[in-house]
Amino acid sequence: MLKRTPLFECHQQLGGKLVEFGGWEMPVQYTSITDEHQVVRKHAGLFDISHMGEVLVSGAGAAEFLNRTLTNDVTKLTPGLGQYTLMCRETGGVMDDLYLYQLAPLEYLLIINASRIDVDVAWLQERWAAFPAAGTVELRDVSAETGAVALQGPRAAAFIGDVFPGPANGGTLVARVTELRKNQIARWEFAGQPVRVARTGYTGEDGFEVVAPAGVIVAVWQKILAAGHPYCLQPAGLGARDTLRTEVCYPLYGHELDEQTTPIEAGLGFFVALDKGEFVGRAALAAQKAAGPARKCVAFKMTERSAPPRPQYAVWSTGPEAAAVGTVVSGTQSPSLGVGIGMAYVPAALARPGTAIAVEIRGKRAAAVVVPKPIYLRPVPQTPATV
Amino acid sequence: MSKIPADLKFAESHEWVRLEGDIATVGISDHAQHELTEVVFVELPELQLATVAGDSCAVVESVKTASEIYAPVSGEVVAVNQALDGDPGLVNTDPYGAGWIFKVKLGPNGKDEFEDLLDAEGYENVIAGH
Repeated sequence: MLKRTPLFECHQQLGGKLVEFGGWEMPVQYTSITDEHQVVRKHAGLFDISHMGEVLVSGAGAAEFLNRTLTNDVTKLTPGLGQYTLMCRETGGVMDDLYLYQLAPLEYLLIINASRIDVDVAWLQERWAAFPAAGTVELRDVSAETGAVALQGPRAAAFIGDVFPGPANGGTLVARVTELRKNQIARWEFAGQPVRVARTGYTGEDGFEVVAPAGVIVAVWQKILAAGHPYCLQPAGLGARDTLRTEVCYPLYGHELDEQTTPIEAGLGFFVALDKGEFVGRAALAAQKAAGPARKCVAFKMTERSAPPRPQYAVWSTGPEAAAVGTVVSGTQSPSLGVGIGMAYVPAALARPGTAIAVEIRGKRAAAVVVPKPIYLRPVPQTPATV
Repeated sequence: MSKIPADLKFAESHEWVRLEGDIATVGISDHAQHELTEVVFVELPELQLATVAGDSCAVVESVKTASEIYAPVSGEVVAVNQALDGDPGLVNTDPYGAGWIFKVKLGPNGKDEFEDLLDAEGYENVIAGH
């Protein structure tokens, strides 16, 4: 039986086409993937991300526990700020990639992937049991009682203040929600419930993610849709979410990342703080970084007209000694660029932008080229400088 | 969704066939293009390919997925719709007209296979149960 989010009936009423995703029944699209993709690039789109998991970690030892469990440096956070981070095995293989927010001096919120909730929570509990000061840390999986939506697009900031008016009452104490800067999070009261709004997203556009008790997420969704109506806001499904994140080369667990892949190979070394002290996977990751990874995750574009590249397609080197050398992990027709794009793992020697490669599509090799990440860059940056 | 043309026959796998003499024109139904969403690429069969009813002979790609197109009748491919190379979206905008995919000259079993396909009413029942 597939799981459903509190917004399931909203998706049905909006004519969403529902598909299975990571054990959840989710809308892949309402109108069309391309249409919703363009709306997010030009105006704004609203995504249900309630399937994602939420774990609260609190107590005097919370920061140290998290710093030993996650790859990024937790001590860089202050209340009201978030960071992208990863959770690895001792081998350096990725358990999950996630967002970590510091809500209050002794309280943290982890936003984890829907398909990894059970694995992650079991892993966190295991690490917690092995943590010397376990008695000073409390772990709470609040995934089932929490909903979340992502409002994304250049016009998002024009109307989100209608939904969450006035100053924040927790987190980064901004006077207005639009004063939040990238990665900042703050709290508002909505229908008597505490709701958190962060300036984050997964599309490469400006935007906000809202985490709320499941009981009010439908009202949050409806109020955002109504406020955004004059700004061409549309609900957007997982199909557009995937094409949008692929264009900006954000990893998706199960594609760019898995337990056999390290953040160094994935090109996420920036989020691995090797100098912060001991953490799970540190030794393996430090050794791999020093030696240089044998394979790397690259972005590519097709250079001849072809069918779109898809995950699992083989990647070939070119020239007289051409051989199958790698694998596509994400691939699609880019709605913004009108060409096939994707990400693939290739030997480090072929990872330099400009390198000619080929993608095998149903037995035929189509020409492609390694390109810098991101593949698509929004024309005019909308957000203030990163924190 | 537009009405299902009464002059066409259909496969349960959502291809339509229009028979003129011994030439069968093949495309995908309006229902199928709607389910696929925007077609971004059509891999056409090679000319002179010998088709076997039920075998894959073309691929229609949307943003999200690749879908195989099965030959509804056996014979030989005698024409492919080159216009789809430049404008694959014709499959969406005019599935029963300009969005046709290929033409097959019926082989010895072709006529019988054609007769065994669903009529418009039969196909409507298939997609109603979808």
